[in-house]
Amino acid sequence: MGVIYIMILVSLLIALLFFFLFINSVKSGQYDDTYTPSVRMLFEDELVSDNEKEKSKTTK
Amino acid sequence: MLDTSCYHCGTHCESLNIKIDDKLFCCYGCKTVYEILNQSALNCYYDLTNKPGIIPSEIKGKYNYLDNKEIVDKLLEFDDGSTAIVKFNIPSIHCSSCIWILENLSKLNPHIKTTLVNFPKKTVRVTFSSEKTTLKEIVELMTSIGYEPYISLEDASSGKKKQSRHLTYQVAVAGFAFGNIMLMSLPEYFQLNEFWLDQYKPFFRAIMLLFAIPVVTYSAQDYYISAYKGLKHKVLNIDVPIALGVSVLFIRSTFDVVFNLGQGYFDSLAGLVFFLLLGKVFQQRTYDFLSFERDYKSYFPIAITKIDKDKKEQNIPVYNIEKGDRLLIRHQELVPVDGILLNGNALLDYSFVTGEAHPVSKKSGDKIFAGGKQMDGSFEMEVLETMSQSYLTQLWSNEIFKKDKAYSIKSLTDAISKKFTIIILSIAFISGLYWYNINPHDAFNVVTSILIIACPCALALAAPFALGNMLRLFGNNKLYLKNAEVIEDLAKIDTLVFDKTGTLTTNQAHIKYSGNSLSDKEKSCIKSLLRHSNHTLSRKLYGFIIANEIFEIIDFNEEIGKGIFGICDGRTILLGSANFLGNQKIENILQTTIWIKIDDKIKGKFIFENTYRKDVQEVFEKLKQNYKLIVLSGDNEGEKATLNKLLPAQVEYYFNQKPQQKLDFIKNLQSEGKKVMMIGDGLNDAGALAQSDVGIAVSEDINVFSPACDGIVAAEKFRMILNYLKLAKNTVILIKISFAISFIYNSLGLFFAVQGLLSPIVAAILMPLSSISVVIFVTLGTGFLVKKTDICH
Repeated sequence: MGVIYIMILVSLLIALLFFFLFINSVKSGQYDDTYTPSVRMLFEDELVSDNEKEKSKTTK
Repeated sequence: MLDTSCYHCGTHCESLNIKIDDKLFCCYGCKTVYEILNQSALNCYYDLTNKPGIIPSEIKGKYNYLDNKEIVDKLLEFDDGSTAIVKFNIPSIHCSSCIWILENLSKLNPHIKTTLVNFPKKTVRVTFSSEKTTLKEIVELMTSIGYEPYISLEDASSGKKKQSRHLTYQVAVAGFAFGNIMLMSLPEYFQLNEFWLDQYKPFFRAIMLLFAIPVVTYSAQDYYISAYKGLKHKVLNIDVPIALGVSVLFIRSTFDVVFNLGQGYFDSLAGLVFFLLLGKVFQQRTYDFLSFERDYKSYFPIAITKIDKDKKEQNIPVYNIEKGDRLLIRHQELVPVDGILLNGNALLDYSFVTGEAHPVSKKSGDKIFAGGKQMDGSFEMEVLETMSQSYLTQLWSNEIFKKDKAYSIKSLTDAISKKFTIIILSIAFISGLYWYNINPHDAFNVVTSILIIACPCALALAAPFALGNMLRLFGNNKLYLKNAEVIEDLAKIDTLVFDKTGTLTTNQAHIKYSGNSLSDKEKSCIKSLLRHSNHTLSRKLYGFIIANEIFEIIDFNEEIGKGIFGICDGRTILLGSANFLGNQKIENILQTTIWIKIDDKIKGKFIFENTYRKDVQEVFEKLKQNYKLIVLSGDNEGEKATLNKLLPAQVEYYFNQKPQQKLDFIKNLQSEGKKVMMIGDGLNDAGALAQSDVGIAVSEDINVFSPACDGIVAAEKFRMILNYLKLAKNTVILIKISFAISFIYNSLGLFFAVQGLLSPIVAAILMPLSSISVVIFVTLGTGFLVKKTDICH
């Protein structure tokens, strides 16, 4: 029967862990801007480097 | 058909000459940006969005003040000698390409470490190496590619505002506790007297109590503070019964648990606080990119060029300007203080002070007022008043700008809560007395039950959700209100006061020609001549005249503030004021005109007319039935006849009103018991907007300009004013209906409570049920109202 105590305490600890993670992410400003990151993730760095390659080819 | 729009900014190209790599540009500015980006392999900019660019503005010398260390220090958020962080406000951010190019700034200047865009707020945070590059270089780089940071006096004077995340934490704590307490309290709901459950009861209850402590002490703390403040001001606001309910819930539940009398009402307690805070979050929705608290500081530059006694130019912060200083005002710079024009010609654009579209020219010796933007070359001036003493800025010393409105507002909810609290307290008292006589033991239970169930959860949620949702719906339809309380104020309005220039009129002047008709060739000549002038009126006229050919101009000459002159196709052409053309006949000074003289013969004149918004007449006709209408203008009476014709007869007119007079005018109306809504646009209306019950600023471009106000409406939605007012009134009716619904729930709960039958499970069902049904009702209700009242088109 003592296992219930352990299980509840463990589950509460896990819940508290996620709670603090959430508080930390709010503190770090993660939820201040919910739009820009959605655009930012669509940018591809490759496009830039491709152009750079082309440019270095033409200058050679 | 050939695409004649600019590859960079998409503007229609006047000539097809500016080309590079087969791409067409409207001006050299755009072409330069393209070249800069192309060189750094950043032309992906053009792939992300079609024609994303902004025409860059002239920067020569404009940012010299950023050499001044004192000013730079004020702008930087952080500087440790090697790394510095600065945050810019960039109004021209508008698409994903903007984000991309700004976040790749480091490719253009390797000493920039990172840049981070916040799109909704239109800000960029730049981290750079302050040893290797300067703030000035970064600002100039951003300006050169079209993203000019908006740096104003406000950035330097206000402390770095920290965004408060207090409420988010409170909601998080309450929500977290609510979920876990629910989980722990569930087994006992079924009231099975089982061996298993009895064994764990104390453990579950202890955990619930632990979770409830932060909810009561931290999440709900604002309610105690507000209730205390209310009582101190002798106001029974809605937070009084809430604070009472929460504390009674907690005390009673703790009592139950500690003395092993029952499981307590911890789940209802956490749920109640959680829902209430959610309502608060919903109501607090704001528009990140708009500011409603602006004063003149947002428009004034940080620094200005001062000329020393030994003729040396020096950049000084504007708040260091002293009487008698000599200042140099460059092209496109703002005059920060009142003064006398010494030399050079001033052509001042007061459009954001008065809303007046046409620049005013001043001669040496004239007095000039703060707030004008120089449109033509540069001039020197001598300072007459320091900044805070200037004609325009004095307005802000009025106490209306300092008044804390918090306790002047009597909201609908608070008005009801006063009666509500008194009724509940008397019911609790009477039934307490009754039960004390029958069974003293139950009296405590009954009184606490009544106070618990009476906790006006649904009542407190009705207004925040209705108003919060309405605020959002208004925002979708381009009326941006400062906060939800404004809607309640809107519903009470009975008098509307309009500014004229910029509010009833548009900023785009309408041009009319009167005189002898011009041949096509003459038109072409005039247009060719205008091409050489940078004067704003010339630019406008240039856009107005339709001509096919462009001729070469010989002997072009411009007398600033007077007119232009040139020989075109062998004919002498003069354009300008009547004086300039040698025409001494008395002009109608109330009109802005440009006269034309070709080969010593006066041909005619172009008249720049104020154009009224096309719906003004219709709007006033509709409004006159229910509202008192007043037009309050800073201009002279020149337009009175036109207004009389245009608007209904009962409209009152007041002209030549100075900013302070406008404020006093509104004050007088209010002392007569009128609820006044002021609709204006310029800084000169700022006092009136602040004084009025609801001050609405009309703005052609939402992102650019508006004085401090309670709401901003997009100019194209001007004709919707009546519908907005109607909608606000209906919203208040809706709130009243939902009050009635929540009263039914409360009476139902009281029915159980006075009999001493309120079990935790009844409370746990009734509270969320009442809250959620009221929230659903007002959300659907507001949506329905918006559909019924047409504000979309």
